[in-house]
Order: sequence, then structure tokens, then C-alpha cells
Amino acid sequence: MLDVYIKVQNLRFSRGDRVIFDDVTLVIPRGKITAVMGPSGTGKTTLLRLIGAQLSPDSGTITVDGQNVDELSRSALYKVREKIGMLFQSGALFSDMSVFENVAFPLEEHTKFSAAKIKEIVLEKLHSVGLRGAAYLKPSELSGGMARRVALARAIALDPELVMFDEPFAGQDPISKGVLVELIRKLNASAGITSVLVSHDVEESLSIADHVCIMAGGRVIAEGSPEEIRASQNAQVKQFLHGEPDGPVPFNYPEDTMSDHGGKR
Amino acid sequence: MKSLIALGAWFFDWLEAIGRAGIFIAQSIFRVPVRFGESVNLLVRQLYSVGVLSFVIIVVSGTFIGMVLSLQGYSVLAKFGSEDSVGQLLALSLLRELGPVVTALLFAGRAGSSLTAEIGLMKATEQLSSYEMMGVDPLRRVIAPRFIAGVICLPLLSMVFSAAGIIGGLLVSVGWLGVSDGSFWSLMQQSVNFDTDILNGLIKALVFAVAITWIAVYQGYECVPTSEGIGKATTRTVVLGSLAVLALDFVLTAAMFGDF
Amino acid sequence: MRSKRAELLVGSFIVLGLLAFVYLAVQVSGLGFNSKKDSYHVVARFDDIGGLSDRAKVTIAGVTVGSVDSISYDKKLYMAKVTMSIDSDVNNIPEDSSIAILTSGLLGEKYLGISIGAEDKMLKNGDEIRDTQSALVLENLISQFLFNKTSGSDK
Repeated sequence: MLDVYIKVQNLRFSRGDRVIFDDVTLVIPRGKITAVMGPSGTGKTTLLRLIGAQLSPDSGTITVDGQNVDELSRSALYKVREKIGMLFQSGALFSDMSVFENVAFPLEEHTKFSAAKIKEIVLEKLHSVGLRGAAYLKPSELSGGMARRVALARAIALDPELVMFDEPFAGQDPISKGVLVELIRKLNASAGITSVLVSHDVEESLSIADHVCIMAGGRVIAEGSPEEIRASQNAQVKQFLHGEPDGPVPFNYPEDTMSDHGGKR
Repeated sequence: MKSLIALGAWFFDWLEAIGRAGIFIAQSIFRVPVRFGESVNLLVRQLYSVGVLSFVIIVVSGTFIGMVLSLQGYSVLAKFGSEDSVGQLLALSLLRELGPVVTALLFAGRAGSSLTAEIGLMKATEQLSSYEMMGVDPLRRVIAPRFIAGVICLPLLSMVFSAAGIIGGLLVSVGWLGVSDGSFWSLMQQSVNFDTDILNGLIKALVFAVAITWIAVYQGYECVPTSEGIGKATTRTVVLGSLAVLALDFVLTAAMFGDF
Repeated sequence: MRSKRAELLVGSFIVLGLLAFVYLAVQVSGLGFNSKKDSYHVVARFDDIGGLSDRAKVTIAGVTVGSVDSISYDKKLYMAKVTMSIDSDVNNIPEDSSIAILTSGLLGEKYLGISIGAEDKMLKNGDEIRDTQSALVLENLISQFLFNKTSGSDK
């Protein structure tokens, strides 16, 4: 049996009248790369925010490393978050700090390391994403792919147990995509980090994931290894994997729901 | 009946919004920062962008307002043969009203809008979420230093404004219109009282500072994180901030100078 | 070293702001350091103070020697009671001096003027100046003038 790191059980979450998750149950195994895939607007980013307890579920439980994150006190939650690194879709680098300061920030905030030691760690992390030379640039001087790599270096600065990637491949050129795929794989292999990857890029995700969940319409429609997913006979899964315009996943936005643009920006 | 219910609902929404804003600012200030050195550093950075960058506009507008006020005051006072009291007119109107109010309005436009836009952009680019996910409270890290910097800067800027205005007025009335500088100063000093004029002006500026900065950081933090939402929030900061200043000014003036 | 420069500018900004405050306090409101100068208090009662206010100056021979501390209504005597402080180095005001409420210019501020008497005993802290002359109230003057005029024309 899998060694479970995150367990989501009977999760229900809605924004206004729009139900985003309707009874979602899934597991994220420890030390593996898990890809959560699905069409845009299925609330994949929302799932990551729920795991980080930035949002609170309507019902159901989410346990991270055995702790129900929704019931933790503020300080306990902040302790859990120190073990989580998150790579936001936009990179979310702090615009008022240099690249170096960005990566150093979680270290300065949560450790008592000396300045020299912090510098050493930061440069090592930047080296691991191939951007050691960019340490003293400002985030505004970076290209999109570089910004995402810096954000990755920052997310792993504290050597977290879990790294969550929000659409790491979206809007990247093929080379950057390849670099990121390599980095995520290397990270997972060398440090044994549990990775959760939210994406709609089928090929890249399937190529690095050990475990895949496909979501649609607020539910998990398939879960398993990449091979199992590829072999799935589920019509929705097949449509998503092959990008067919016609199929059970509707192309039109349902007309009866309020067009509250929740879930994902 | 229906409209009554709607009114009631609107009232409760409004109360709720006020409550949210109150809790928001209380949490920003009273969740004590963890590291002292770091928070001083953050505060200095904000004092720079809120205060130092507003300095020039305040000095320039203060000087011009003082000059205009002397010209206008002189032409009216000269009709009564009391053009010597132009210093008195200048000092009282600057210290009691124009100093705090005009500074606050300029501050809402210059610093308030940029605070809202900056925080809104941080929200849109997920920087605020990012702090939160790193186990760092964005309220104490992002909001608190900006709020405190605003509250410190506006009273100082208002003093600078009044001083610049008086110097501007001195240049015009003594240097140009030929008022004797002895009576300019002595009439001014006779009529200006430290407690009722200077300190009251300072209190006004402090109240305006709290109102504007509060509105600015709250609008930024609560804005819809899109370019349109940030734009709207910025406009709201300037409009609400200016209105709040003018309304508060009336209340404060009535309380301070109302008992004739 | 961008942040060093920022710190320097922030420092100068704060200092300039405080300097502006001090400038306003000292130069504009005339809040001198001499306000702490030693002084003694003297009381005077007037029938009518006619617009005298707190902090009005007290003069001898036109020179300011003190200021009005407080003005209150003396219920028993139906008079206004004015308390003033006078610089302690002006300690040779005879007890029988008189005090009047004067006006600077036709419509200007009211202030107190002390005319020196002839007695040997000098005023001390807490003493009262008994010889007082109330403010000239313009309306009263006009009505007096009109009254004299009409009674004059009757003759």
C-alpha cells in the first residue's frame, strides 16, 4: 500500500452558488510526484489552496502528514506551512526584493542561520535551478521562465517535505518546459520531496508523475499510475488526454450557473 | 416593505464591511512583528516611499498656497487698512485648515493611491498568498509597515506644508507687497496659539493620516485582483480618502474651534 | 547601497518635518523658551472686560511685561476677575497702580495697561490691583455721545 502524505476525504467546497468540489476523495503518496490534472476551471488551484489551508472546506477533511489542516490553530498551521513549499502560477516573487533576497526570505524568516550560512544555501539553491548568476537581479528583470525557476528555488529553500506546483508549465516555451520537468524530477529523486503538480499539460505531467488524478466537474474521474490513466476507457478521461473538442466534457459554459469566476483566475 | 428590507440588508452589509476593515487593521498592528530589526527595516523602506517621495510635492504646493493666500489676503485686508495682519491670516488659515487638509488630500492622491495599487498588485501576482504559504503573516509583513509609515508621515508633511506656506507668504507679502516684516511676525505671533492652533492642526493631520492610510491599505488588500479591480480600488482610495478627510475636518473643526 | 541612501533620506525627511514643527512653534506661535520664565500672579477685577481674552498681553509704558492667565466671573461682586502673570524681574509695581483695558488701534486686540502709582509698597504674588478701568465699549461710547448731543440741543 502507498505511504500516504496527504489525504483528501469527501471534500466539498463551493464559491457562492457554484460548487467547485463535490465529494472529492484522493490521496497523495509520500515521496512521489503526483499530478492533478483536469480542464481549466475545475478548481485545481483551489485544491492547492485548500491543502495549504488558505481556504476552508464546506465539509470533508484534508490531512497533511496526519494533521487535519482545517482544525489547526494559527501557529500550528504556520508550522505546517513551513514544511510546504509552493510554486505559484505567476511565480509570485516579491517585487521589492532582489532574486537573492527572495530566496533568502524563508530562511531569514524561519531559521536562525547566520548570514554566511544563508548566503551559502541561497547560492546553492539558485545553482540547482541554474540561476546562480542572476542572484542580484530584480524580479522585473527576469523572463517568465527564469522567474519560475527562481520561485522554485525559493520554494525549496527550507528543504520542505512537500512542494506544490501550480501550473508550472503554463505559458512556457518548450525549452523552459523541459528545464522545469528536469528540475522537478531531479528534486524529487535527490531529496525525496513529495510533489504535487497541478496542470493541464498532459504530456509533461504524465511523463514525470508517479501518480495521477484527473478531475472534472468537481469530482475525481480517474486516479492511478500514468500507465493506468493512459489505458483508461473512461470517455471523459480519453477526451481530456487526447484533446478532443467533442465529448462528455461540455465545451459550452453551463448557462444555469451564475458566471461567478471562481476556482481559477 | 421590500425596500425597507433591502435597506436593512444594505445597512447590515455596511456594518459588516466596517467590522471587517476594523478587524483587519487591528490584526495588522497588534500581531506583534517577530523580529525587531526586520520590522524597522521594512518601516524605513515605507517611510521612504510614502514620506520622502511625497516631500517635494508638499513643499512646492505649500509654498504656492502660501503665496496665493498672501496675495488674496493682502488685497482684501488693504481695503481695511490692516494689511499688516496678512501674516496672521496666513498662519491661522495654514495651521488650522489648509495645512492638514490640503496635505491630506495631496497625500491621498500621491501616497494613498500608490499604496492601494502596490498592495493590489501584490495580491494579483499572488505575492500575498505566497507570504501566507511561507508561514509569514502578510498583514504584519506588508500591511503594518505601510500603515504605520502613513500615520507617521502625514503629520510631518503637514508641518512641512504649513512652514513652506508661511515662508511662501513671507516672500510675497514682505518681499513683494511691502508689508513690514516686524509687524508680519509680531501680529502672527500674537494671534497664533501653540495649543489651539499648532497642536490642533497636528491632531487633525494625525486623524486624517489614520483614515487615509487605513482606506488605502484596506482597499488594496480587499481589491479584486485583476487590472480592472486594482484600478477601481485605487480610484476608491482617492475618492473615499478625500471625502473622509473633508467630513472628518468638519467634525474636528466643530469640536476644536466650535465653542465660541 | 540603495538602502543606505533610503535611510539617509528618511532620516532627513523626519528631521525636516520636526524642524518645521519647531519652526512653527517658535517663530509662528511665538512659543518662546521664556514662557517658563519666573513670574508672579496678580489679580484685578473689572466691571466690563469687553472682549479681553486669555494670553492677552500686560504692558507697562507700552512694553509687554506679562500676560493674562485666566478670566472668570466673580459671582459675589458681579465682576470679571482677571488673573495675570507678570515677569518676576518687574517687581517694582507700586500697590496703588491702576490697570486699564486698552485697545490697540480702533478695532484691534484688547490688552492690559498698568499705570504706575506712587506708594512705596510693591505688588507681590497674589495681590490685587484695586484701581481698575474697564474696557471702552464702542456701543456705550456712541450712545453717550448721542445722549449728550440730544440733551445739548434741548438747551
